[in-house]
Amino acid sequence: MDFDLTEEQSILKDSLERLLADKYGFEERKRHMAAPEGWSSDMWSHYAEMGLMALPFSEEDGGIGGGPVETMIVMEALGKALALEPYFPTVVLGGGFLRLGGSAEQKAQLIPQAADGSLKLAFAQVERNSRYDLHHVETTARKDGGDFVVTGAKNVVLGGDSAGKLFVTARTAGGPRDENGIGVFLVDADAAGVSRRGYVTQDGQRAAEISFDNVRVPASAAFGDPENALPLVRRVVDQAIAALAAESVGVMSAMNALTVDYLKVRKQFGVPIGAFQVLQHKAVDMYVALEQARSITLYATMMADSDDDAERARAAHAAKTEIGRGGRLVGEHAIQLHGGVGMTMEYAVGHYFKRMTMIDLTFGDHDYHLRALAEAGGLMAA
Amino acid sequence: MDLRFTPEENAFREEVRAFFRDHLPTETRRKLVDGEHMDKDDLVQWTRTLNEKGWAVAHWPKEHGGTGWDPMRQYIFLEELQKFPAPQPLPFGVNMVGPVIYTFGSEAQKKHYLPRIANLDDWWCQGFSEPGAGSDLASLKTRAVREGDHYIVNGQKTWTTLAQYADWIFCLVRTDTEVKKQQGISFLLIDMKTPGIEVRPIVTIDGGREINEVFLTDVKVPVENLVGEENKGWDYAKFLLGNERVNIARVGMSKQRIARIRELAATEFSGGRPLLEDPRFRERLASVEIDLKALELTQLRVVAADAKRGNTGKPDPASSYLKIKGSEIQQATTHLLMEVMGPHAMPYHSDPDDGSNEPPIEPAHAASAAPGYFNFRKVSIYGGSNEIQKNIIAKAVLGL
Ligand SMILES: Cc1cc2nc3c(=O)[nH]c(=O)nc-3n(C[C@H](O)[C@H](O)[C@H](O)COP(=O)(O)OP(=O)(O)OC[C@H]3O[C@@H](n4cnc5c(N)ncnc54)[C@H](O)[C@@H]3O)c2cc1C
Repeated sequence: MDFDLTEEQSILKDSLERLLADKYGFEERKRHMAAPEGWSSDMWSHYAEMGLMALPFSEEDGGIGGGPVETMIVMEALGKALALEPYFPTVVLGGGFLRLGGSAEQKAQLIPQAADGSLKLAFAQVERNSRYDLHHVETTARKDGGDFVVTGAKNVVLGGDSAGKLFVTARTAGGPRDENGIGVFLVDADAAGVSRRGYVTQDGQRAAEISFDNVRVPASAAFGDPENALPLVRRVVDQAIAALAAESVGVMSAMNALTVDYLKVRKQFGVPIGAFQVLQHKAVDMYVALEQARSITLYATMMADSDDDAERARAAHAAKTEIGRGGRLVGEHAIQLHGGVGMTMEYAVGHYFKRMTMIDLTFGDHDYHLRALAEAGGLMAA
Repeated sequence: MDLRFTPEENAFREEVRAFFRDHLPTETRRKLVDGEHMDKDDLVQWTRTLNEKGWAVAHWPKEHGGTGWDPMRQYIFLEELQKFPAPQPLPFGVNMVGPVIYTFGSEAQKKHYLPRIANLDDWWCQGFSEPGAGSDLASLKTRAVREGDHYIVNGQKTWTTLAQYADWIFCLVRTDTEVKKQQGISFLLIDMKTPGIEVRPIVTIDGGREINEVFLTDVKVPVENLVGEENKGWDYAKFLLGNERVNIARVGMSKQRIARIRELAATEFSGGRPLLEDPRFRERLASVEIDLKALELTQLRVVAADAKRGNTGKPDPASSYLKIKGSEIQQATTHLLMEVMGPHAMPYHSDPDDGSNEPPIEPAHAASAAPGYFNFRKVSIYGGSNEIQKNIIAKAVLGL
């Protein structure tokens, strides 16, 4: 076994961390959030120059040929900086559909634009009654001649307000909860019949409510089999979960560092509060939760590329459960140990706590994935 | 032993409920149910309605405008108030400074302030905590120096809840720097309109505007605004902090939130069925309900003991236990409520007062789910953090 990064991976990690340390302090982040897009287009250009957008695409498609480990490195660093740019929706989700579901023509047409950062993408999946079920799709794609006509409403589309194109799950056949009959269509965000309402999410990121009113797309807009794209969706989301787990590790490690520092400098009763054993033990619980999260993230990352759907899914369920509950413990303790200061918008720790909380609500909370794993037979069966 | 309420107590409960039903504005109730921000006016109007009925300061001694209810009736009243839900009278006046004034204040102070508290003519805020004095409150530095018939006050208070609405602030100030820190503290009543007071808002992580910093620069306070004796303020503060016992667990509030969770879980879907029909979800809800039922009975045991013994006004370490468990349950229910809304809890709904007239993002009732969870992290921090409460129990109950 080898847990070490390659030299290239180390360089990637160091240079991205340096960039973020340099340009993504807490005050700068506030300025980025106040920009019209809700994030920094300068940073977006920096990421593109560093090759982060091209990273996961294969070299023959015009990318850099990175894999899940490279994505993990990037997401952890972005999590630590609490970065706001739509990297996750564009590169992880959108890039996932391009890589895993695109035909040769689709790849040739779209990957170059995605890889240079000019095309932003989003995944329109959540619906009013879907909760976390990827197969609950009420949005429809009706076949009409050689086209599909998409109608329905999607909620909380991450990065949906700034995306140029949207991957949309829509039903070509069957009832709202059938696993068959789901297609994935790439829709222009400004196509006739698409309306968007963008907003800030609880953690300061951006999302949109998007409705599709008889939006006509050609057959070539379908990614994967328009009658049976759920396996593609699952695969993309499993990889996305590994990426969110990595982001969580960054978020949790930042909370732990802030908290340990605070325990050393905050004085009450004439001593640093870190002298109180009960607080030391809480800090240790946070540390253990972080290391557990880091390990399960490595596991999900290693499995992210697996062609064994069941095995990959179980790893994703396990990771999402562990970061969900570990992240909650770390976040709640971090606030508690800061006292009143932790409750304020002016101080960083609360923002990490909110991001951590929102990650749990993205693609299934810890309870949802725990159940899914249990139903899949657990992690260690035979 | 009989764990049932008496027929008289049940009749009393009905009377209280009927009053709330008949008198609380529907819109005020709706704001509470939806976890929306309440205006100052909502609380002022409601307090005055209660005061007309004689219920605004129900737990005060009769001679100061209280009802004379026994502790069990006080408990029932507050439980119903929270369950309904109706706004709680402003604690800083009714539960904090009011009892300090009627216990330790001068006749003139009693006569002037108490009726104005009961009618919410004066909005009070609590100036105890300082940047350097949180859990270690006695290390506070705000200084009051006697000059003729005034004190000159200089310093800073922080985390001051709703100071933006306040007419008055009660402050712990240092009047003697030469003695042990607890012995040099005095309790002053300060008019917020006095020159030299500046209030700056602190935004909480949920985006709420409930706390503030209060800066005091050469603030002139007449000596008749000293409560009790100079340098005895720490005793009054301890009395104030230990005084809240009948309702410290906020059982009614948690019951109301559980009712809300049930209501919303009936309309949210999971696996194609209402979430409320999901066995796992029901288990988790039931688990909180068990905790709450046990806590309710613990609270009632404390209330019954008070009724027998008469409230001594002395801090009881049982308060610490009730506060710890009560805050944990409040936090568990706010988290559960957010889980019910799932992904729909993610949009941040800007404050409707911010002048935007966009329609709400649907479902609008999800707006307060995540902010409610974030905001309620405070209940294990303020009023003596849970760590401090555990220190108290370890020492005072377990003798460790
Ligand atoms: C929303 C909100 C509203 C508030 N409203 C008011 C108000 O209106 N008026 C007012 O005066 N104050 C108010 N407070 C202040 C509140 O009472 C303090 O926040 C509280 O006393 C804790 O102090 P601190 O924030 O300085 O934290 P600290 O005392 O610095 O504590 C930080 C951490 O150290 C722990 N700790 C401290 N000492 C010990 C110890 N001996 N053993 C073990 N652990 C310890 C604490 O439990 C906490 O986890 C409010 C606070 C909040 C969050």
